[in-house]
Amino acid sequence: MQAKGRPVTSQKLLTGRAGRATKSEARIRKTRKLIAHVLIIAFGSLMLYPLVWMLFASFKPQDEIFSSPGLLPQTWTIDNFVTGWTGIGYPFSNFFLNSFVVAATCVVGNLFSCSLAAYAFARLEFRFKPVLFGLMLGTIMLPFHVVLVPQYILFHTINWTNTYLPLVVPKFLAVDAFFIFLMVQFIRGLPRELDDAATVDGCGPIAVFWRIILPLMRPALAVTAVFTFIWTWNDFLTPLLYLTDRSKFTVPVALNAFLDSSGASSWGPMFAMSLLSLVPLFVVFILAQKQLVSGIATVGIK
Amino acid sequence: MAILDKDVGVSPAKRGVPSGAAAQRKSARQRKRKKHPPSAWLFLTPWLVGIVGITLGPMIASLWLSFTNYNLLGRQTFIGVDNYVRMFTDDPHFLNAAGVTFRYVLISVPLQLTFALMVAVLLNQGLRGLTFYRSVYYLPSLLGSSVAVALLWREVFGGQGLVNQALALLGWKDAPNWIATPQHALSTIIILNVWTFGSPMVIFLAGLRQVPTDLYEAASVDGAGIWAKFWKITIPMLSPVIFFNLVLQMIHAFQAFTQAYIISGGNGGPVDSTLFYTLYLYQKAFTDFDMGYASAMAWVLLFVIAIFTAIAFGTSNRWVHYAGER
Repeated sequence: MQAKGRPVTSQKLLTGRAGRATKSEARIRKTRKLIAHVLIIAFGSLMLYPLVWMLFASFKPQDEIFSSPGLLPQTWTIDNFVTGWTGIGYPFSNFFLNSFVVAATCVVGNLFSCSLAAYAFARLEFRFKPVLFGLMLGTIMLPFHVVLVPQYILFHTINWTNTYLPLVVPKFLAVDAFFIFLMVQFIRGLPRELDDAATVDGCGPIAVFWRIILPLMRPALAVTAVFTFIWTWNDFLTPLLYLTDRSKFTVPVALNAFLDSSGASSWGPMFAMSLLSLVPLFVVFILAQKQLVSGIATVGIK
Repeated sequence: MAILDKDVGVSPAKRGVPSGAAAQRKSARQRKRKKHPPSAWLFLTPWLVGIVGITLGPMIASLWLSFTNYNLLGRQTFIGVDNYVRMFTDDPHFLNAAGVTFRYVLISVPLQLTFALMVAVLLNQGLRGLTFYRSVYYLPSLLGSSVAVALLWREVFGGQGLVNQALALLGWKDAPNWIATPQHALSTIIILNVWTFGSPMVIFLAGLRQVPTDLYEAASVDGAGIWAKFWKITIPMLSPVIFFNLVLQMIHAFQAFTQAYIISGGNGGPVDSTLFYTLYLYQKAFTDFDMGYASAMAWVLLFVIAIFTAIAFGTSNRWVHYAGER
């Protein structure tokens, strides 16, 4: 087993005191890994405990929730779900439907508007491009609260309050600049030869976008869709501001109204509904692992 | 799409242009147009409408409003810098809210990043099941900003909550209601933010994978221990990622709202101990309808975030090491 093109130094290392040292080193590495596994599992369980506890607490009668930190209910009941479902006047199915409609519309809006802008920034030439690109990047860091008040006044003036328009229309106007940036980065990674070939074949920019770029940027679109869904599903401030009719509430504001109306007296039903509100996020979490990880790793979104 | 297809698709020959020169001129024009196609603006239209109509426009409006007294119904009266002066001289709630938010940012962000880095390093040893562990640790980040988890937190740290039940088992029978005690309420929200360390952790993991392993091997040969390797290799090599996470999480933390709103029932209590800056801004704008004052607060927030970001960038050349630089 002479070194085949291996550096001499490493060969030197392997000889001499090598035999015993590597064996004990391997044992050290093994125990270190074992310790790491134990630590990770222990700490992870601690972190997830509240969530798992909530899962089971939803099936416990009210008095049991506060009597023992144990996980499994002594008596299983679905009463919490039954009372919670109609807890604040309208059935929760109503709120879930509202949330789904809003989230789905926002997803469509972001996919549409951000991909258009990203294509222009990544591939087309136009006047003031550097300035506009800088402006776009600048808005990523802009705290939402700076525009909160005037936006409210604007939507209030044109009578959009108590409708879903203030929640969804901005998404069709590419206000989530993170996603433009994400897509620009992605498109820049695509070989330009594809565009050029299509152009030679007689495709205009629109055809290139529609037939070449859009199909190729599916991964970036998936990341955008996943995060838009999660954010709009969790969004609390915007619906809190604009929706006043209970029947129009999305799930987060409905949960808040539940808390307001019943106080701490009905934790069971509130847990049951909270649990249900997390189910769509779990589904996304399970199905979209790849998109979540790549989305966070590329632009660092939450 | 149709227009452009036609434009490019119809060749001079088809249209019966006989002259080669004319055809050449035409294609030259086409080439020029292809370089600066008017359709770029078509693609940019939604974004342009958005940035003018609901970002820049409102920003300017907000700046103007911050110098006025406006309650949504009456007229806007120009009052100069009164709002700003009032904030710092005549509004203890404001100063308190700023203090609460600073404490929240300065405690929770470093803690969150420390946990994220520790767990990332722990995970990055070629362990089996890495993707599974990563997912488990990421889950709280996904759920952390939801109202549901804030509600859960309210119960977990409540008088008879999960934490106190566990403490009772350990022998501390009369632990306080953490949510209702002014000294502790903020801590519960800090813990909630630290709990969501999963997303910076995923970024750290991606960064750790970029660290060349031969550096560690070389260090081992030189006899470096785990600690030395961590401080001398991992930290410097990871410093750009640490910097990125720091800026990101800081900006994020300054704008925290939902958790404080839900955990305090919307009023920032007890005794204003969880009255976050954004929560107070919300109350000013939409409970008191003091739109001018709220706008001024928003600009102060923007200014503070800009300063913090600038400090991070300004000091970065002292501690952020970019590979390839000397």
